[in-house]
Amino acid sequence: MPELNEDPPDEARAARRLVHTIAPAVIRSGREVISAELALTVFRQMIRTRALEERSIKMSKSGEAYFWIGGPGEEAFNVCLGLQVNKGFGPAHDFLHLHYRNSGVMVAMGMPMIDHVRQLAMRWTDPHSKGRNFVGHYAVKAWNVVPVSSVIEVQFAMAPGTALVQRRHGLRNPHEAEGITVVVGGEAGTAEGDFESCLNWSTRPGAELPVLMLVTNNRFGISTDLHSVSVDQRVADRAAPYGIRAETVDGNDPVLVWNALDRAMRYCRRERKPFLLEAHVSRMHGHSSSSGAQRNWAEADPLAAFEQKLIDCGATDTATVKLMREDAKREADDAVVQAMSEPEPAREDVPAFTYARSSVDAVYPEDYTGLPGMQ
Amino acid sequence: MATIAQAIRMALHYGEKHLGVTDVFGEDVGPPLGGVFTATQGLKTAWNTPLDERGIIGTAMGIAYAGGRPVCEIQFCDYAFNVIDMLKVAGNQRWASGGEFDMPIVVMTPTGAGIRGSLYHSHCFESWASRLPGWKVVMPSNALDAYGLMLAAIQDPNPVFVLLPKALLRARDTRLIPGEPADPEELSRMIDAPVGDRTDWEPQWPEVGEHIVHIGTAELVREGNDGTIISYGRPLPLCVQAADELARDHNHSFDVIDLRSIFPYDWNTITRSVAKTGRVLIVNEDTEVTNYAEHLLRRVVDEHFYDLTVRPRTLMGKHVPGIGMHQNYERNSVPQLGDIRAALRELATDAA
Repeated sequence: MPELNEDPPDEARAARRLVHTIAPAVIRSGREVISAELALTVFRQMIRTRALEERSIKMSKSGEAYFWIGGPGEEAFNVCLGLQVNKGFGPAHDFLHLHYRNSGVMVAMGMPMIDHVRQLAMRWTDPHSKGRNFVGHYAVKAWNVVPVSSVIEVQFAMAPGTALVQRRHGLRNPHEAEGITVVVGGEAGTAEGDFESCLNWSTRPGAELPVLMLVTNNRFGISTDLHSVSVDQRVADRAAPYGIRAETVDGNDPVLVWNALDRAMRYCRRERKPFLLEAHVSRMHGHSSSSGAQRNWAEADPLAAFEQKLIDCGATDTATVKLMREDAKREADDAVVQAMSEPEPAREDVPAFTYARSSVDAVYPEDYTGLPGMQ
Repeated sequence: MATIAQAIRMALHYGEKHLGVTDVFGEDVGPPLGGVFTATQGLKTAWNTPLDERGIIGTAMGIAYAGGRPVCEIQFCDYAFNVIDMLKVAGNQRWASGGEFDMPIVVMTPTGAGIRGSLYHSHCFESWASRLPGWKVVMPSNALDAYGLMLAAIQDPNPVFVLLPKALLRARDTRLIPGEPADPEELSRMIDAPVGDRTDWEPQWPEVGEHIVHIGTAELVREGNDGTIISYGRPLPLCVQAADELARDHNHSFDVIDLRSIFPYDWNTITRSVAKTGRVLIVNEDTEVTNYAEHLLRRVVDEHFYDLTVRPRTLMGKHVPGIGMHQNYERNSVPQLGDIRAALRELATDAA
């Protein structure tokens, strides 16, 4: 009996037709499965993420925006992560230390497309940075998404801090002991000492921390091939000296990456210990707009592959996919039209939000107002 | 009568007890040592970290994100250079997130020369720190101010650097912190860890009270008419001594300003004094190229050009790669009492 989503032998053509008219209950990759319902949810969020990224690239080329950086090719990994986050505010929920290729995480968590576009379009309405930061540099306090920085790997030095508070919170409140810290970076960044800091600080004896370290391995740091600057071994092997549990997964396969994330998150939540998960992903449009953001046809497309898989096994059909794609494209287009009509930052907005209100500061009790004595 | 080290310790204890400090941490900060200068002995929330400055600042930021109130230490500011980009990030989190995320962290670090520390226990940090927008930077020159500035730093919901002059950490104040026993021997018996085995030792904290030195407030420690001296940290007591000697020996009187806050600085106090005296000398021990004093000098020139009766002056450390181990290196590269006295005399007597 062939697996449901494998090609059956030719002589069973009639039987195949029959199978394909009945929607499958599960989608398989090797020995791993996810429900078909979940697969379609993941697929839809992957389509929306891709539409948003393609529209973003267009904005950077059309003059509606400048610099673009993002994660086309990482949709499978990002959406599966975003859908499994324990979303909320405070140490009972997950903290997210993301990097700048995680639009899919945010889309899957429920971020409206327009909030991404507002940042790219440098609007004062940009909820992440008031038009100050590059696109994909999210900051959402209500969801514990701490500000994304362009500085590579600093998030790995910060992750032990949020995890330390979560560890303590869980010990004091056993019914709220499932919040973990999720930190994401690329494989090139693991050359920074901050990666090692995270491994070390997460495994202090008696003070192990619930940190899920995620490394999306696209094999390149801008233009530099990983294997030209680092010994040829799994990034996941870096966990071994610290006794940290680790796994490497094909991040382009939603079935595999969903299950790998599920296992890793379960472990961090319940054992209150770190886990290192390395996911191999594609980088379909190069590093950023600075390298042209052209489609690199040598890179596998996780969205196209998943679409084919779902159609082949009868979970969806081409007409439905076409509609989903059109919906997503329209949603992204509408977001751009709306965002472009919104106000831009003004001259008087430059110093705003430098300082929080302070009762113990004689010069800046409210916010920064220019050099002392020049207000 | 406490030393600066004891004052910091008592301020952190007050912070743990009354101001919600959740973590005091850094290299050798927890037991058994309690800090290489003893500033964190006996504290309830003190813990030791890996020898990793980037981890220290990063973890402080993470604790703050998750609602904690951390005070961390870089053991010597000489070892803060590998973490300068983390400090940059900490300073811009609020601005970058459009006010979404506050960054209430305190970083304390011993700074400056004067402990025969050779190349890597003698650096200054205030000029570097002043180039980190989003931060506030304070630097006490005595124990009472150290206590008051630390309480302010803890209460301020922004990142605050508390720079501690290494050479003055064991200097005793003549004044008392509210609640401090009058007898320094008694204080020592109560809060100084014994030499040797400390396993069962616990401090007996005095009931210290609130004393806040507001960030951005200088103190006019001497008043006079023949010139304005602006300083802070280690050279400040030397400036006071030089001013007192010149008052006694030559009848010159000076305004001596202990700036206390590097940023934001108390421009009102500076401007009032410069307008009065028309003569100004700024003294610090940091290296002289792109020194923080040059910023103050620029503002003095910009805003008081026609008030100045003589050229404004600075007295700073020499632009050399380090402080050498032999005392002749330090004596000839960091402003000394004699240098300050000579500069003051010249300031007061220069023909207008």
